[in-house]
Amino acid sequence: MSTITIREALNQALREELARDETVFLMGEEVAEYDGAYKVTKGLLKEFGGKRVIDTPITELGFSGLGVGAAMVGLRPVVEFMTFNFSILATDQIINSAAKMLYMSGGQFNIPIVFRGPGGSAFQVSSQHSQALESWYAYFPGLKVVMPSTAADAKGLLKSSIRDDDPVIFIEQERMYGNKGEVPDDPDFTIPLGVADVKREGTDVTIVARSLMVPVALKAAEMLEQQKVSCEVVDPRTIRPLDIDTIIESVKKTNRVVVAEESHPVCSVGAEIATQIMERAFDYLDAPVKRVSGADVPMPYAKNLEQLAIPDVNRIVAAVREVAYLD
Amino acid sequence: MATKVIMPKLSPTMEEGQISRWLKKEGDKVSMGEPLAEIDTDKATMEMQALANGVLRKILINEGQSAPLGQTIAVIGEPNEDIAALVSEAPAAPAKEEPKKLEEPAAPPPPPQAKAAAASAQPASGVDGRQPQAATADSGRLIVSPLAARMAAEAGIDLRSLQGSGPGGRIIKKDIEAAISQPKAAPAPAAFPRAVEPRQFPQAAASGYRDEPATEIRKVIAKRLVTSLGPVPHFFLTTEIEMDRAAEMRKGINALDPDLKISINDIIIKVVAAALIQHPEVNASFQEKFIRYYEHADVGVAVAIQDGLITPVVRSADQKSLSEIAAEVRELAERARSRKLKPEEYTGASFSISNLGMFGIDEFTAVINPPEGAILAVGAMSPKPVVRDNEIVIRQIMRVTMSCDHRVIDGATGARFLQTFKKILENPLYLVV
Repeated sequence: MSTITIREALNQALREELARDETVFLMGEEVAEYDGAYKVTKGLLKEFGGKRVIDTPITELGFSGLGVGAAMVGLRPVVEFMTFNFSILATDQIINSAAKMLYMSGGQFNIPIVFRGPGGSAFQVSSQHSQALESWYAYFPGLKVVMPSTAADAKGLLKSSIRDDDPVIFIEQERMYGNKGEVPDDPDFTIPLGVADVKREGTDVTIVARSLMVPVALKAAEMLEQQKVSCEVVDPRTIRPLDIDTIIESVKKTNRVVVAEESHPVCSVGAEIATQIMERAFDYLDAPVKRVSGADVPMPYAKNLEQLAIPDVNRIVAAVREVAYLD
Repeated sequence: MATKVIMPKLSPTMEEGQISRWLKKEGDKVSMGEPLAEIDTDKATMEMQALANGVLRKILINEGQSAPLGQTIAVIGEPNEDIAALVSEAPAAPAKEEPKKLEEPAAPPPPPQAKAAAASAQPASGVDGRQPQAATADSGRLIVSPLAARMAAEAGIDLRSLQGSGPGGRIIKKDIEAAISQPKAAPAPAAFPRAVEPRQFPQAAASGYRDEPATEIRKVIAKRLVTSLGPVPHFFLTTEIEMDRAAEMRKGINALDPDLKISINDIIIKVVAAALIQHPEVNASFQEKFIRYYEHADVGVAVAIQDGLITPVVRSADQKSLSEIAAEVRELAERARSRKLKPEEYTGASFSISNLGMFGIDEFTAVINPPEGAILAVGAMSPKPVVRDNEIVIRQIMRVTMSCDHRVIDGATGARFLQTFKKILENPLYLVV
């Protein structure tokens, strides 16, 4: 075990997979010479050379399509979006090509590609650069969507994503790159896709949180423990396929749920989780499922407004107290 | 924490209740499960038990006054607790028993509690800062979390007896857990002092039965007959019964032990029960999709009470002795007249008897009490000249008329039953063979 940042964990995963499998290559804006906009690909050009770590022009649709083609002929591309906001330009290749190819080719072409990069809010980068797009991608059959919240999850899940034979949308969080955590040193350490993780056990209320909201939910759970409320924090880690069974198991134990998410509330992953809980565990609910979501507005630039737009510890605490009928 | 005592639902059809008697006065200590008041419902006088511990602080509905279901009728709290908020939430009690002119219409019911509760935004009090309120307060609709609903169903708890502690009075898990952990209320002491030593009546609950699918022809008969004569298509069968032997038997038995006090009606019940067992097709009821055949003869006996009638049920009359039937009918009738019958004691008969003989009625037809299949109307027994062996002789004659539900009983079926009934009653020795 070593304690490293999420940034370093991702870097380790990329390095290990580049070393392990010569069909793996990296591609994206500034990933090579500049070591990546957020330094996730630091040192990889030097170590693996220009054929494996490739700087692209600012052409998201173009290099995403190039990646899909490479995957069709047997390579395993890892395409970095500087942020997922720029993936919006590449959605035709992601949704119409990567997600559909296996189906439309009658199973002849699987697309083992990873699209990765930071999503969600950063620090005062305003409306166009602060978007949480996971519900977009999770909507489409044919894509897998992964959102790690710890260094170990980041490493284990990225390695599994690269080894996976289907297209994976791997969404990191810029605010979390510096978060540290213990990571196993074993070069074959992986975490399977589609398996949720109970980050904290509790008995009174289940908080379902992903990505940036996991550390926030854990802090809220600590505060609530002092108020004699025992919270269970479940991190789905993979949004599609969603490990709903683990969530339902927790709900059956606690009977009350708060779904915390950084994204907008409308048609969000939280809305999907709340619906599935209602469908599968209606008779176990003692209170309506409560969502804590990002504000339903374009992300404001002003620092004070930005803070108000992103769920914080106090909002999660208040939501938990509400479903536990304490206020 | 002060709690409201609300008018509970004490019978399936009750909409309001009248306080017959407060068993505690203001200032008395009460504990959970203790009888608090006697309440007249539409069917009977029932005891209401306290659902909280403390002191009966305030009586809001006086004896003789009525309140709709769910209305606050009293407040239980700690001796020095401020209960002003709870009292002011409740609708003002009407002034004490003003003498009313006969033709004056009854006072309108007090305004529903919901309005008062909504208007007074009282500061929250209580352990978790939430004012408990009746779950039905706002709209009459029960608000309950899915989990609480399931837990209540599994534990057999009547949700309407609970007060929800969630928002808007929602009944939540905590309320069900509290209700489950409550010690079962001690059985209420017998409200009716018995002159004789208490008897154990077997099988207070309804007897078992088996359901058989209604055949197609039976369904068609049912459908067609209903279109011609009301929801229950009645037909009537009358016969004349020579009662001399039955009267003799009664005299003989009562001579053995005057305490037995067997009546002719008791003998009729016994004979009806015996005939029902011999004719199970009559001991049945029509249930739309199937016909229910009862295993025992649960015989309802119509009892006239002030402003109405009620039909207490002698369960498994086929298995009881005449003396048991006599004692049970006497006891049930007495409690029926003082309106102390429990709902399970006057529902679920398989066959009923209505006897107007004591009013000198020779013959009449009775209306079936659904879903029973039939009812026997019994007229007066009186000496009549009849022809026997070509001679005119005097006999004690009684006429009975059976009303049958044609959906389940056909003319010949009913006639055969009545034949057996007549045979046994005219020769009551059949009862012992």
